[in-house]
Amino acid sequence: MNLTNTLTSLLGSGTIEASNIDPSVNLPVAASGIFSFMWLLLALPLLGAALLLLLGKRADKWGPIFAVLMIVGAFVVGCFLYFAMLAESANDRPVNLHIWDWVIVGNFQAPLGMQLDQLSMVFVLLITGVGGLIHIYSLGYMKNDPDKRKFFGYLNFFIAAMLLLVTADSYLLLYVGWEGVGLASYLLVGFWQYKPAAAVAAKKAFIMNRVGDVGLSIAIMMMFVTFGSVTFPGVLEAAPGASESTATWIGFALLLAACGKSAQLPLQAWLLDAMEGPTPVSALIHAATMVTAGVYLIVRSGPIFDNAPAARDAVMIVGAATLIFGAIIGSAKDGIKDVLAGSTMSQVGYMILAAGLGPIGYVFAIFHLLTHGMFKANLFLGAGSIMHSMHDQLDMRRFGALRKVMFFTFITFSSGWLAIMGVPPFSAFYSKDKIIEASFSVNFWAGAAALVGAGITSFYMTRLWTMTFTGKARWTENNQHPHESPKIMLIPMGIMGILSLIAGFVLAGAIETWLAPVTGFEKGELPISNLLLESISLTFVLVGGAIAYLQYRRGVPITPPQHVSALTVAARDELYGDAFNEAVFMRPGQWLTRSLVFVDSRAIDGMVNGTAAAVGGLSGRMRRLQTGFARSYALSMLAGAVLLIIALILVRM
Amino acid sequence: MQSFSWLTTIGLVPLVGAVVLMLLPAAKTEWAKRLALFFSAVPLLLVIGMAFQFDADSTAEFQFVESYSWIPTFGISYQVGVDGISLILIALSAILVPLVILAGWNDADDSIGSVKGYFALFLVLETFMIGVFAATDVFLFYVFFEAMLIPVYFLIGRYGGPGRQYAAVKFLIYSLVGGLLMLVALIGLYVASANELGQGTFDFTTLTNLNIDPGTQKLLFLGFFIAFAIKAPLFPFHTWLPDAASASTPGTAVLLVGVLDKVGTFGMLKLCLPIFPAASVFYAPVIITLSVIGIIYGALLAVGQTDLKRLIAYTSISHFGFIVLGIFAMTTLAQSGSTFYMLTHGFSTGALFLIVGFLMTRRGSRLVKDYGGVYRVAPVLAGLFLIAGLSSLALPGMASFISEFLVLVGTFEKYTVAAVIATTGIVFAALYILLMYQRTMTGPVIDSCKKMTDIKGREAIAVIPMLVLLVALGVYPKPALDVINPAVERVMVQVGVTDPVPELLPEDESSPETAESTGEGSTAP
Repeated sequence: MNLTNTLTSLLGSGTIEASNIDPSVNLPVAASGIFSFMWLLLALPLLGAALLLLLGKRADKWGPIFAVLMIVGAFVVGCFLYFAMLAESANDRPVNLHIWDWVIVGNFQAPLGMQLDQLSMVFVLLITGVGGLIHIYSLGYMKNDPDKRKFFGYLNFFIAAMLLLVTADSYLLLYVGWEGVGLASYLLVGFWQYKPAAAVAAKKAFIMNRVGDVGLSIAIMMMFVTFGSVTFPGVLEAAPGASESTATWIGFALLLAACGKSAQLPLQAWLLDAMEGPTPVSALIHAATMVTAGVYLIVRSGPIFDNAPAARDAVMIVGAATLIFGAIIGSAKDGIKDVLAGSTMSQVGYMILAAGLGPIGYVFAIFHLLTHGMFKANLFLGAGSIMHSMHDQLDMRRFGALRKVMFFTFITFSSGWLAIMGVPPFSAFYSKDKIIEASFSVNFWAGAAALVGAGITSFYMTRLWTMTFTGKARWTENNQHPHESPKIMLIPMGIMGILSLIAGFVLAGAIETWLAPVTGFEKGELPISNLLLESISLTFVLVGGAIAYLQYRRGVPITPPQHVSALTVAARDELYGDAFNEAVFMRPGQWLTRSLVFVDSRAIDGMVNGTAAAVGGLSGRMRRLQTGFARSYALSMLAGAVLLIIALILVRM
Repeated sequence: MQSFSWLTTIGLVPLVGAVVLMLLPAAKTEWAKRLALFFSAVPLLLVIGMAFQFDADSTAEFQFVESYSWIPTFGISYQVGVDGISLILIALSAILVPLVILAGWNDADDSIGSVKGYFALFLVLETFMIGVFAATDVFLFYVFFEAMLIPVYFLIGRYGGPGRQYAAVKFLIYSLVGGLLMLVALIGLYVASANELGQGTFDFTTLTNLNIDPGTQKLLFLGFFIAFAIKAPLFPFHTWLPDAASASTPGTAVLLVGVLDKVGTFGMLKLCLPIFPAASVFYAPVIITLSVIGIIYGALLAVGQTDLKRLIAYTSISHFGFIVLGIFAMTTLAQSGSTFYMLTHGFSTGALFLIVGFLMTRRGSRLVKDYGGVYRVAPVLAGLFLIAGLSSLALPGMASFISEFLVLVGTFEKYTVAAVIATTGIVFAALYILLMYQRTMTGPVIDSCKKMTDIKGREAIAVIPMLVLLVALGVYPKPALDVINPAVERVMVQVGVTDPVPELLPEDESSPETAESTGEGSTAP
């Protein structure tokens, strides 16, 4: 399983200096040849978004197909770039494309430029690949929606923003993609705006993300003040020179940003509400790509965290806590998308945890990010297929026995189910186990959290799978007659199903070699043998799954039982995340704004008016002025001018 | 350049237009509107022409200078000229006036005043606005500064909505108090110049070279600053703005908040700082504190508003906090950001006010609760409203983001705590905009909005240019920044402040191959 030992000796381990990459060999070179066309990655989806949204109804007919073609086109461009990059030697791979000068003020230099290196490359393929499949799937899923064109316009816009996020060559430009995907998420979560719940969820997501963005803003400011630069080469090369306290502050600010975008504690509460959006959106944005942007940010900023052990530990703790937190929520929810959302929170927690391990974990964070992007999108698409055929029924207590009526969905979904649990040889077996191993090599408790999390993951996913596909049907034939989805949805699902199976062993080993020149890589030392640890974690998985299967195989009552443990009650309520936000921020905030409105109109205005009255008897004059005001005003102007002239004459004398 | 009096011509055309409008028979309202549009379009074309002639890299402080002796006894002259900062603001005025006229085509039809009067006042106001930004004689500046009040007073008081009388008088009294203080300071400044030079002067460039003693500076500074703070408006001098903005027609509100208030921040940047450098540095901490309070305070109040126009007015108080913050942070980044902010704020707030105006013409209410689900009946209107709102919340990718971020990063260089607190303002900005959008545009369509029509051609033409400019300058801000930067750098020199140096100086920005040695300078302890 460990093809990576050679790399370890190559890159050294232990000390920070050794794990740093020699900047002289890794600076991006100016793009030439095929790389000078990488702007097409952004231009194609942007063109799609612009045409679909600006042309209005005129684009209704051909718009959706056009949008699909743009993403497929971007994927093809991505593949060409990938093979071109493959042909280069590992250290010559990063390229930079300067598009034009962007924000240039004094010594603040942020160009509009793209940087494509091994890390960006895997994201480009994931975003355009999974994005393309989900676009195709949406052709079926959104077939009868009157606003289909708008949907595809937003979806194209999302892809453009996400690609900008991962190919920007400066933190400032990354910020544009960062909030761009936030806007796309806002538009798509609130796509059915006539539903108040969707509109509220969209707003909530944006605002909680903005809290994180405060962190990103401050991080960029600190970078500029410290390093005099906001570009990746400028910041990351100089990072080892920063003092530990500076690096730590920057690290914490970046972590805050990552928490917002990636729905990590304490900014996790928006993700479950975001499930109000159409399911392809949940698959693409809230599972496969956008929510993983925080992981990208932290891995990209590795050299900063190298210098900031406290911030790095904080990343690890946030990841470990969220992975348990999300998994517990997932275990108690009855809505199929809610379970998957809790699961996403938890799986992204794994990635953040890995990113908090430093060079030991970076490649595995990205590895898991890739496999998760495939199997979680697969699971969401499967959930969408079920909803599509059951009038948007989400409640798993109303499912059961769907294996029989939706066999293809059952197969692809099962592939995702086995993948997320980490059953060999499915994909997460490789990626998640690596994170568990790496965690144990750094910190016992981090490892324990990852291990226990694997057990809970197995529990909630088996619960979901059992409640949905096995047992007796709890739906009613007359108004909900589940049937298999159209081919245009099944084909992407099939591909995702296969990817969920093979992504792990295809990428294992190779991913370390590929990413190490950018992210660095160290091999962690385990107190016990790998094989033993793998057996233990597999035991956790099997036990978790078995408990769930035995508990739910005979079906569940249609109404949720009320006499349940305190933990279940709490988990159904998302462990009181919303209640906390309401009590601590919302209600005091409302009180504050209301009092300020009162204070402003009475006290401040009154004070200024009062002072004015006291000084010049203005309130009396105010009444007089209201009648025949122009005359009075002309008079005062005249008086002013006369005063001025007199004064001037006096001065001259 | 001397061959054509660009600035005087640009300033006079609207005034001539106003006279022509007043000569029209009162019944010819349609003609009055068309002529008004024409007489505001000509200055716009001229400003575009002038902008192309403008040399951003020129060493001269002012370009297109015209100087005529006026009252030589007191060293007063008619003297105009522009630098990058005033050029930006003149361009803003010249762009907004025709758009406002177009958007407010029917706004005066049912008012007590005449239609031609309404549009003539806009044109007169444009003359004064261009004058105040172009004046390089401080006395001339003062004259325009005070004269602007007259058309605005009538625009609010005669053509506004409910509460217009109260709002107009309140506006005027606040402004007059400020104007009087400024007058006193102006005299003092003249005296100071006479003491030093033997002959008093109001010439801006001469005044910036004086060495007024710090004690006097502090007094004179206050006179000017308070006048500007009231105009801007800076917390706690802001309470006239929500009343004035909500009582006036949307067009008046756009010019009032979009341009007129900028005279305050323009004055701080171009008069207070260069003429009273020592006092500016002395008062900076206090003013920065007030600005930061204003940013958060204005935003929180915006969240709590139930009236759309008051809401937008309060967002502006928050935005003006950013502008003033950037000016007094006294770094190149912050001041360039502030200047750019004046432009972007003009467009985003302008668009918001106009769109609220369109909503009001349809529904007859400015209260949030009277709207709901509008996006279903008027999707384009709702979409434009959202784009304008996103600009107001400084979404990265739009020009307003660049201006706001420059202010923040420039402030952070010197005042870390202030910048961090100000940055939290971006959360509140998202809250007030998206809450407003959610309440008015989303959800089920409420009964009273069911018959609402979508945006019309004329209205769209009035709003879309602003939004296009916001996006275009967000992606490619170079044309604006290149004009602003040299002017701001000059202000920095006049004040005698320099930018802080980054902790770890980046190595020489040569080719990447030679940058090998970076990353070793462990300067910090």
